[in-house]
Amino acid sequence: MSNVAKVKQKQIAQLMSKGKRFDGRELYEYREVTIEMGTIEKAEGSARVRLGKTEVLVGVKIDIGEPFADTPNDGVLTVNVELVPLASPTYEPGPPNENAIELARVVDRGIRESKAINLEKLCLEPGKKVLIVFIDIYVLNYDGNLIDASAIAALAALLNTKMAKYEVEEGKILLKPGYLPLPMLNYPIAVTFAKINGKLAIDPGLEEEQVMDSRLTITIEKDNKICAIQKGGSGYFTIEQILEVAKVAQEKASEVRKLVVKK
Amino acid sequence: MPKKEEKLINKDGIRSDGRKSNELRPTKIIVGNLPNADGSAYIEQGKNKILAGVYGPHEVHPKHLALPDRSLLRCRYHMAPFSVDERKSPAPSRREHELSKIIRQALEPAIFLKYYPRTSIDLFIEVLQAHGGTRCAGITVASLALADAGIPMRDLTVACAAGKIDGQLVLDLNDIEDKKGEADVPLAYMPNLNAVTLLQMDGQLTLGEFEDAVRLSLEGCKKLYNIQKEALRAKYVSKMEDEE
Repeated sequence: MSNVAKVKQKQIAQLMSKGKRFDGRELYEYREVTIEMGTIEKAEGSARVRLGKTEVLVGVKIDIGEPFADTPNDGVLTVNVELVPLASPTYEPGPPNENAIELARVVDRGIRESKAINLEKLCLEPGKKVLIVFIDIYVLNYDGNLIDASAIAALAALLNTKMAKYEVEEGKILLKPGYLPLPMLNYPIAVTFAKINGKLAIDPGLEEEQVMDSRLTITIEKDNKICAIQKGGSGYFTIEQILEVAKVAQEKASEVRKLVVKK
Repeated sequence: MPKKEEKLINKDGIRSDGRKSNELRPTKIIVGNLPNADGSAYIEQGKNKILAGVYGPHEVHPKHLALPDRSLLRCRYHMAPFSVDERKSPAPSRREHELSKIIRQALEPAIFLKYYPRTSIDLFIEVLQAHGGTRCAGITVASLALADAGIPMRDLTVACAAGKIDGQLVLDLNDIEDKKGEADVPLAYMPNLNAVTLLQMDGQLTLGEFEDAVRLSLEGCKKLYNIQKEALRAKYVSKMEDEE
């Protein structure tokens, strides 16, 4: 998988053991985050997020559909990721591969488990008609740490969403004039760390991802609770490393959240 | 179906299936039960019934996937259509794709893949009946199938979940506890190396609760590790006696 030259790999690993990083950042220094909201007028909500050179566009579409049988009173949330071939020379067209599926499911888990969207408010007719929120994540430039960038962009797009007003009268769904914001209850932020040569670094860049042993993503909700975790990569973490990273994640998440939520 | 919200833990601290908070489900493991596979194992953990089979190290198909410096580990986690209440389509779901990936990455750190360049090790996990915690039980049984195939490893990998139900931390969640509980923390571990190779979480936990949940999962892992070792011994010790 790795197409970083062996020399570069060695250099990254050696720097890490001295507590330094390939791009000059501190171990727990995040890249610059820029957020643009409402970039796609046709979507009910959208946001374009840059994390260093990583770039992700998220569009939110809302449709009427049927609820799941086990949650007849709740709207439906679906998250999909497209690793668009123009985003990286290593991406190929085709149905989502396991990396795209994992990415979508980690973003989904953060939003779902923190109860970011009040799904109960998206019910039109219990058991029959509910609103479905489609979050489509489009990766435009891959330069590492897609999870954090996608989670930020998804949250920003949800906060930016304007949905049509529906009312149910005598079993018929009527479209009313005006728009409503999505009923949001929480603001989950994902923070990812890479383990390279035994050291931990936040927000790994592309080269760092290609040499990392393992990866840990911790999603923190607005009251500082943990709502989702995902370990990735073929290496391992010690208990001490996990607990340290969880603490750093809490601090970073509140910094990043300020960038998203103020807008 | 009773409409009433049933408690997951009663006032004496006993769970819906009669267990205490730090108790594992009754677990039975058999090693080497599939004659055709190079290595195999079967686990029953509560109502979970899971088979694991390993083929390899052998030639890679398609060949272009072969790695010049190590073996290619491939893993398929799959649920039988009849393993759950409502029939599941046999086509792999998004959940199964994700689990296949993270299970592979949970087992990979244990295996000396560099010993077998240009080969593949193919691991198949078939969930015959699911009742909560199948990814963990799948890892526990798959690690034994790899050992049974004679693949050199740094340690056995063992997995167990802890979670929060009715405001209390408990070990080894079953189906109902997983669905209705407040949080679930599955974890895979190599005990001799103090290495966590899989960690996930969903639900809501404070940092302190999370730390306690991780420690509880580790306790469960250590108990299961002993059951794993016994199962391995049960196959090979009896073999040696037969040969005498």
